[in-house]
Amino acid sequence: MRIPCPYCGSRDASEFSYSGDATLTRPAPDSTDAMFDYVYLRDNPVGVHQEHWYHTAGCHAWVKVTRNVSTHEVIDAVLAHDEAES
Amino acid sequence: MRYSLTSLLKQTLTGHKGWTPQWRDAAPKAEYDIIIVGGGGHGLATAYYLAKEYGLKNIAVLEKSWIGSGNIGRNTTIIRSNYLLSENISLYELSLQLWEGLEQDFNYNAMVSQRGVLNLYHSDGQRDAYARRGNMMRLNGADSELLDREGVRKLYPFLNFDAARFPIQGGLLQKRGGTVRHDAVAWGYARGASDRGVDVIQNCEVTGIDIVDGRAVGVQTSRGAIRAKKIGIAVAGSSSRVAALAGMRLPIESHVLQAFVSEGLKPIIPGVITFGAGHFYISQSDKGGLVFGGDIDGYNSYAQRGNLPVVEDVCEGGMALMPAIGRARMLRNWGGLVDMSMDGSPIIDRTHVKGLYLNAGWCYGGFKATPGSGFVFAHLLAKDEPHPAANRLLLGRFRSGHIVDEKGQGAQPNLH
Amino acid sequence: MSISRRLASGGLIDRSKPISFSFDGKTYGGYAGDTLASALLANDTMLVGRSFKYHRPRGIFSAGPEEPNALVTLRSGARAEPNTKATTVELFDGLAASSQNCWPSPNFDLRAVHQLAGPLLNAGFYYKTFMWPAAFWEKFYEPAIRASAGLGALSGLDDPDTYEKTHAFCDLLVIGAGPAGLAAALAAGRAGARVVLAEEDFVLGGRLLSDTAQIDGVSAASWAALTEAELGTLPNVRILKRTAVFGAYDGEYGAIERVSDHLPVPPPFAPRQRLWKIVARQCVLAAGAAERPLVFPGNDRPAIMLASALRIYANRFGVTPGQCIAIFTTSDDGWRSAFELQKAGAEIAVVVDARAEVAPEVRKFAGNAPQFLGAHVSDTSGYRRLTNIEITDSTGKTRSVAVDTLGVSGGWSPSIGIATHLGSKGNWSEERSAFLCTDTPPGMQIAGAAAAQWTLADALHHGALAGAKAAAHVGLGLQTQKPIIASDEASGNNPVWLFKGSRRKAFIDLQNDVTATDVALAAQEGFRSVEQLKRYTTLGMATDQGKTSNVNGLAILAGEIRKTIAETGATRARPPHVPVAIGAFAGLHSGKHFKPTRLTASHAASAALNATFVEAGQWMRAQWFNAPGETDWLQSVTREVKAVRSSVGICDVSTLGKIALCGSDVGAFLDRVYVNTFSTLPIGKVRYGVMLREDGFVMDDGTTARLAADHYVMTTTTVNAGKVMQHLEYCHQVLWPELDVQMVSVTEQWAQIAVAGPTSRELLQALLGDACDISNEAFPYMACAEFHVGNIPLRLFRVSFSGELAYEIAAPAGYGEALFNALMSAGKTFDVMPYGTEALSVMRIEKGHVAGSELNGQTVARDLGLGRMMSVKKDYIGRTMAAREALIDPDRPTLVGLRPVDRSQRLRNGTLLFARGVTPAPDTNAGFITSTAFSPGNNHWIGLGLLARGPERHGEIIRAWDPVRSGDLELEVVDPVFIDAEGARLRA
Repeated sequence: MRIPCPYCGSRDASEFSYSGDATLTRPAPDSTDAMFDYVYLRDNPVGVHQEHWYHTAGCHAWVKVTRNVSTHEVIDAVLAHDEAES
Repeated sequence: MRYSLTSLLKQTLTGHKGWTPQWRDAAPKAEYDIIIVGGGGHGLATAYYLAKEYGLKNIAVLEKSWIGSGNIGRNTTIIRSNYLLSENISLYELSLQLWEGLEQDFNYNAMVSQRGVLNLYHSDGQRDAYARRGNMMRLNGADSELLDREGVRKLYPFLNFDAARFPIQGGLLQKRGGTVRHDAVAWGYARGASDRGVDVIQNCEVTGIDIVDGRAVGVQTSRGAIRAKKIGIAVAGSSSRVAALAGMRLPIESHVLQAFVSEGLKPIIPGVITFGAGHFYISQSDKGGLVFGGDIDGYNSYAQRGNLPVVEDVCEGGMALMPAIGRARMLRNWGGLVDMSMDGSPIIDRTHVKGLYLNAGWCYGGFKATPGSGFVFAHLLAKDEPHPAANRLLLGRFRSGHIVDEKGQGAQPNLH
Repeated sequence: MSISRRLASGGLIDRSKPISFSFDGKTYGGYAGDTLASALLANDTMLVGRSFKYHRPRGIFSAGPEEPNALVTLRSGARAEPNTKATTVELFDGLAASSQNCWPSPNFDLRAVHQLAGPLLNAGFYYKTFMWPAAFWEKFYEPAIRASAGLGALSGLDDPDTYEKTHAFCDLLVIGAGPAGLAAALAAGRAGARVVLAEEDFVLGGRLLSDTAQIDGVSAASWAALTEAELGTLPNVRILKRTAVFGAYDGEYGAIERVSDHLPVPPPFAPRQRLWKIVARQCVLAAGAAERPLVFPGNDRPAIMLASALRIYANRFGVTPGQCIAIFTTSDDGWRSAFELQKAGAEIAVVVDARAEVAPEVRKFAGNAPQFLGAHVSDTSGYRRLTNIEITDSTGKTRSVAVDTLGVSGGWSPSIGIATHLGSKGNWSEERSAFLCTDTPPGMQIAGAAAAQWTLADALHHGALAGAKAAAHVGLGLQTQKPIIASDEASGNNPVWLFKGSRRKAFIDLQNDVTATDVALAAQEGFRSVEQLKRYTTLGMATDQGKTSNVNGLAILAGEIRKTIAETGATRARPPHVPVAIGAFAGLHSGKHFKPTRLTASHAASAALNATFVEAGQWMRAQWFNAPGETDWLQSVTREVKAVRSSVGICDVSTLGKIALCGSDVGAFLDRVYVNTFSTLPIGKVRYGVMLREDGFVMDDGTTARLAADHYVMTTTTVNAGKVMQHLEYCHQVLWPELDVQMVSVTEQWAQIAVAGPTSRELLQALLGDACDISNEAFPYMACAEFHVGNIPLRLFRVSFSGELAYEIAAPAGYGEALFNALMSAGKTFDVMPYGTEALSVMRIEKGHVAGSELNGQTVARDLGLGRMMSVKKDYIGRTMAAREALIDPDRPTLVGLRPVDRSQRLRNGTLLFARGVTPAPDTNAGFITSTAFSPGNNHWIGLGLLARGPERHGEIIRAWDPVRSGDLELEVVDPVFIDAEGARLRA
């Protein structure tokens, strides 16, 4: 699998570490239920999935990758940093 | 029909014309007492034990494809109960005991072979962890032996003892562990269940779960609606998809786990060996193929196939451990979908929907659990309460914090 | 003396280069350009092995990688290579091969008695028997079955050869250098595309090498050679011979180059094989097709071969495997084989075609040979080699014909495996009698026989087109190509899947001995999907991966269950498309090179001081230093501990993770990742911190120093260095990008050495002079400073893991060794002692500090006695989930100190803890021992453990149960701090 790292260009996925679902938002600290959902529950969808990859063997950027988990097609990759700020 | 020396001889003499289908290829009826969604090992075992242990008959197993086409047909065949935590050991040990009597029980030779499972350790820290594990196994009625380096060398002299990056210091041996002819498990349970009146229905995909007033009353399928009093889901790999039909989000991600087999070779590896300094384990099938595997690919996937980096990682582990396999050729490599749960342990429980039960989250431990999983899930379905051997593998544990995390990796499924 | 089957002339072998080789100890001759199979056939050696189950005699069947029968063990000793297809082995001088799965020889195999049990040993037999009595399976039956497992044997010796891996990036990967592949590579190469052309064979050309057609006015083989020459002149084209593409993966292809397999041993510094990982923007799959055998009674005898293979042996290798050859076909191609064989000088005894009608121009190919249309072969005879065939003609009449060879031709199966690896399916085409892949993965085209473009003209045309298209796709513009002119040929086929006849077995899978009756029985017993059929009968699971058997098997299944082939479908193709040596996937990452080795700056200096090293992840650390006269590691470690506790010791702690954090918001950031507060940390101070995972369990601990207002340095444990870095980057980039924080790992940039013991201050003072005032007043416990000695930047931290007055001094890694040596020489007057990780561990246990075995990912801060550090005034990662019921349960096992009631007894890690007097059971288990050490200060073993309600139980006597080491003793629960509980020493 090749991931187009916004800094480094097309790189093999083995250079990256994976952390999963990138659609989750860390909730306010006092909401135990929301925090439970955030930590433990996943949509785990078939098809298009947004996920975080960390360029461990590269620029150390967290990259938000849009990928089809049924075909492994990588559709898009942007910096998580930019996404989070926008 | 019962398999015996007499039936075998008779069929041989009459040209094998009389063998009947091993299970009835049933068509769905309008209603069942219990529907099991998923005709894999766990689903079929559940139906078998429901019929056998609880005398229930009006049961259907619904399989979207052919029975045995999921992980029961694509694993590395290992059975063991060498876990660390009592929550897991109790279930896997029950399973191992059921494996030990399985063939006589369901009159089908699944070739259960207790050839021993050896987990190697390469550091003092690992030795200590295995000592604790071995003690926990003994505590829960399983067998375990802590071997030193010489003990391992005696069993497997051809391992890399002298030029290793991480020298072997010893291993934790479970002699009762071993391998099983995996497909035969699905067929044997299907046959046993079918003989006891269970409808095994293939090519019947569940597309909806009918819920009325918080109670499951039936399923929609590719072959029409079927009513049911109780519904059990046993579709590891696709658990999130099916649970979503009942409005549930699960603490599970679907991942791909690859496995490998070499060309057939004369016997060289008598038991099952797990490398402790990398992701690699290996055994040799009765047909001679080296059956081996390693880590999951590590990303969400429903594709039933993995990629080269893990193939390389696994073979690197193999060569680090036993450089004698370098010239053996990999013949086939496949990928299966696994339910990676948030703590690395399975979930067998009721759900928020009355009459709807879940058996999921097996990570890569599903095959070895097959009989135990079926047995306790049948108990749950029949009695509406968890079996004592699985009463801490419940869905609510994530909320309460009663996590069953063997590796201490936390809520990160690809690290378990 | 055996007969030579070599033709007087012809073939692409080099008759000027004779080669000597041996098979089963007997010496033979061949020529350069031969395969082992062609050379054996030239020497009239047809019978080369035995089948898997019945040990039936098996001869060479094909001329390529689809070979099911001719498996040999190549070479011997540690280089023995079992299950090698003789049809793909390039002959070299001195080659030695031996037969497999037979004893004493392929000609006379004692296990052939298995055939007598044939009626019993059918599909699924195993599952129905060997169950009585129960205990006999593992004691008797299974060992017997295992004894007959497999075909060839591994040597059991370490593979002496090396393997390597490499990457390639190209515009176009062409898989296969037959007519379509060559044409594709030529078209794309001429257009300027970066092309990699991979061919499994050692000669380019594929079918062109055995075809007598003309292309552009020259012979097919010459055209292949001319094309190769032109490709060779193009700098943008790389030709990889002996290279099989074995798999399509996401974003890359895997290929295996057999670099040295055609040589007796790899040349110096050359690998045996090379794994290519090829990233290609476009791909043309031109892997050709495999001829299908026919399924009829008695079809497995030696000298029954694929008709096309006979043609290849004659035209490419100048060998006729027999003198009197019959052809049995359902396709026009079988007739062409008859024609070519006759042209090469063989006698065609008869051509049998199952089709009632065959075009006259095709029938012409048989020459004068008798022809039977609407007929089939219904039986055969000859044990070690075919002697007769029985023909049932269109009227049902049978006759016997004496022949020594039978060529069978059931049409062709396109080699689409690689196109389906990524999930595309093969669909049955009635028109072409073949599985085709039409929904190819992105960027892939299929050309030539792999796309059922059967004729030479078609293959060349579509190959060139595909190459041009691929070049256009990568932006090189569609160029008009000069068309390649070649003759076209008839390619009709009307498959018949199963012929009836005698009661003999009709084999589908020649290697695994799967017969038509096995398939019928499987269907009868309910195994009605191809995947179930495969698993129940083992059809297609042998080393040939079903290349000749899969289609026939599923077609026969379709007939049994009364479905079409299209409805029945094919099994899913899985990589590798050809079997690949496990060593090749590992490459150089084996033995000592399995993983990188990281050395600390003081490694060489420590080695010179007789250090024993230990693996700590990828690091090698000094475990202890051996002094003269010491015979036991415990002696060394005890000496080191005593030295630190009484004078001073130094220990390289560079492996701890070090992360530099800069920016105006670092304090706020650290407050959110640590349970305790860091924003209040003064400049020049160090604080111990604990961080949790978001699920509330402890992730890591360590100290963080504030060097300047906006500059902090965090240390992590050695094992979690990478994990913590990744976590902090996540927190910053994903959760709180608004914070002004930058961070970088400096683990490898700074060497760090602990200086510990009552005289550590004096030692440092002697070393540092006035570079830094380290008096207790100026530089108290938990102080830190940055300064220079000369022009060398140094950092000093007053932290202690041992409980003694102690410092850690850091220098840029390049000065690490000098620093270590300087400490050693400055320390001479203070009796400085280097100490290793064992002494480090002993002292931290004596001091009750937690480390890796307590920070095991299953503990919460309170379990470790660190609960009071958890701030209630701020949010931090893990705070909410750490408040869950089970994580605040007072019954949780909590850190305690332990010592044996009988002080002479040893404690062991992993021992389980119980209240005194209770029977060990899952629900009475109260915890376990996490860490143990022999404490020189106490002169007995001590331990740390996690014990339910531990802190309330100090003074209690408990039971320590350790069945895996036959241990069972009584311990006293004590405070985890065994020395200097009030901390006077470290503040001294």
